[in-house]
Amino acid sequence: MTELVEQFRMPSLGADMQAGRLVQWLKAPGDRLRRGDIIAEVDTDKGAIEIEVFTDGVLSEILVPEGERVPVGTALALIRREPAEGEAPPTPAAEAPSAAAPRQRVSPLARRLAAERGVDLARVKGTGPGGSISAADVEAAAGTAEDPAVRMRRAIGAAMARSKREIPHYYVSTAIDMGPAVEWLSERNRDRGPAERLLLGAVQLKAVALALREFPELNSWWVEGAAVAKPAIHVGMAIAMRQGGLVAPAVHDTDRRDLDELMRMVRDLVDRARRGALRSSELSDGTITVTSLGERGVDAVTGVIYPPQVALVGFGRVAQRPWVVDGRITPRPIVTATLSADHRASDGHRGGLFLARVEQLLQEPGKL
Amino acid sequence: MKTTYREAVRAALRDALETDPRVFLMGEDVGRYGGAYAVSHGLLEEFGPERVRDAPLSESTFVGAGIGAALGGMRPVVEVMTVNFSLLALDQIVNNAATLHHMSGGQLSVPLVIRMATGAGRQLAAQHSHSLECWYAHIPGIRVLAPATLEDARGMLPSALRLPDPVVIFEHASLYGMEGDLADDAGAVELDRAAVRREGRDLTCITYGGSLGKVLAAAAELAREDISAEVLDLRSLRPLDVATLVASVRRTRRALVVDEGWKTGGLAGEVSAVLMEQAFYDLDAPVARLCTAELPIPYAKQLEDAALPRVETIVAAARALLPAR
Repeated sequence: MTELVEQFRMPSLGADMQAGRLVQWLKAPGDRLRRGDIIAEVDTDKGAIEIEVFTDGVLSEILVPEGERVPVGTALALIRREPAEGEAPPTPAAEAPSAAAPRQRVSPLARRLAAERGVDLARVKGTGPGGSISAADVEAAAGTAEDPAVRMRRAIGAAMARSKREIPHYYVSTAIDMGPAVEWLSERNRDRGPAERLLLGAVQLKAVALALREFPELNSWWVEGAAVAKPAIHVGMAIAMRQGGLVAPAVHDTDRRDLDELMRMVRDLVDRARRGALRSSELSDGTITVTSLGERGVDAVTGVIYPPQVALVGFGRVAQRPWVVDGRITPRPIVTATLSADHRASDGHRGGLFLARVEQLLQEPGKL
Repeated sequence: MKTTYREAVRAALRDALETDPRVFLMGEDVGRYGGAYAVSHGLLEEFGPERVRDAPLSESTFVGAGIGAALGGMRPVVEVMTVNFSLLALDQIVNNAATLHHMSGGQLSVPLVIRMATGAGRQLAAQHSHSLECWYAHIPGIRVLAPATLEDARGMLPSALRLPDPVVIFEHASLYGMEGDLADDAGAVELDRAAVRREGRDLTCITYGGSLGKVLAAAAELAREDISAEVLDLRSLRPLDVATLVASVRRTRRALVVDEGWKTGGLAGEVSAVLMEQAFYDLDAPVARLCTAELPIPYAKQLEDAALPRVETIVAAARALLPAR
């Protein structure tokens, strides 16, 4: 049978609108409605707006009283559609569906497993108590796509889609002269074998971590509508996997490691990431991500933030460029550092100052 | 050695009277009558009226006297006939025994052991059948124990006597006749840890005291349906051994608390809240409670049975936590 009772929902009046306050109902239960009629007045962040109906019918029930503020999408009223010829008569009010659809029950463990394995709960059938989704249901659903590469793609997809859906990214870039760092490194590495050599990546990681000390709003997680500054700095390092995909395990307390220690940790992380032997804390503790695609030959990386983090720093390749030093054009090794940041947590002004601090730190590599 | 729960408690009392001259027994009918549940039978003859003392029918008086003796350096073991009657001594236990150490700035301590019977199932009606362990488990300053096995019946008392603070020991009255084997050298046991009485992987049944036997029987029945239930005996009701509880539920992901007390404001609720606080993200089903019906325990046999947790209701409650088959 055709559904004859429709929910009239709080409309989204602009992409940034999350909620509205119902100022006044202009129709009462029993009133006949024509498509285009103004049914209520809603107060939004951008002022009072009249809202209209898109259905012919009769207002059968008001669900949200005047004065209440509700999120976008909340059912405000029930409208009984006029039956077209041949359609069944209106459903009696007593049988009208309840305004809120019953929420799928998911056990806490099942919810956690689904998040870890990138399983979409909407596709899982619940067989636990009361039809709830249990851990076994999630495992069964995850098992149907056993291929780890597929699973990883799905997890990356879920995180990145969420990031682009929810995080208002802004981007700032700075070209940094890596001359001092390159010279200092070649001096430092002169008597070292390949396994002990310090790499530029570790120097960049340390510079980012030290700069973050002064920019807590970038070393934060966005949790339930607010940025929460993290007490420690655990820089996540994006590592490409051989079978495709990537992980970004955290280098714990990045800012407090000396460069040799950092280099050892980075080598160990890369090795364990590729063997699939990362620890769960490394996967969940990152407070910012650094991604470097310089070895792939790109000039700059404008990355996607990994929620709940609020910032990501991308480094391109270090290339010899014509550079103006003291009024003369000179070849210098230049890298482009790009900050992707969550505009809810910080603004471009601070983002720019942060990159400037990273640049400044990289001019004195011996102090890192 | 074949023995009963009653004999195991008696052996613990005799051992304490023999080895420590500060220990004496006191309570209603503990001497000439041999104890309402015959626990102290024969001890008056063995140790004399100085050490096995019949008290007048006034719980407040003889529990208060026990507190005084403990303050004076003795190690009294006071028997209150049932927890129902102990309410007459609540003021002594809660306002004096539990607080004196604290209120004297540590100058005083009350090394008193109070034993009492608890629980229903023997058609003794509402005057004698309630399970009020949680009233005592609510009180900081006392330790609350519930021996459910012969080993604990034998071993909790000597350990309790070594503690400097008041201890309340609940003996479920239906356990006194329980028979079994007890090692000849059985003695003091540790008091801090809950015990896994049966290992399992599908759910943890948490219980104590008189319900342990029913829960073990239910676990055996569940095993026939291929449901593997872990059975955890709390042993100590205050403090709770939270670490063992949480570790078990992290393994099994489901918990059923079986408590002969009433549900409202009871111990099962406390255990359940602890699991919510500390194991929420490991739970695969809501924590379930199975308690006694919320009414004064009826006298009539079939009504009394219907009011209490039973093997079949425990089995059903456990099954409801698992996926439908």
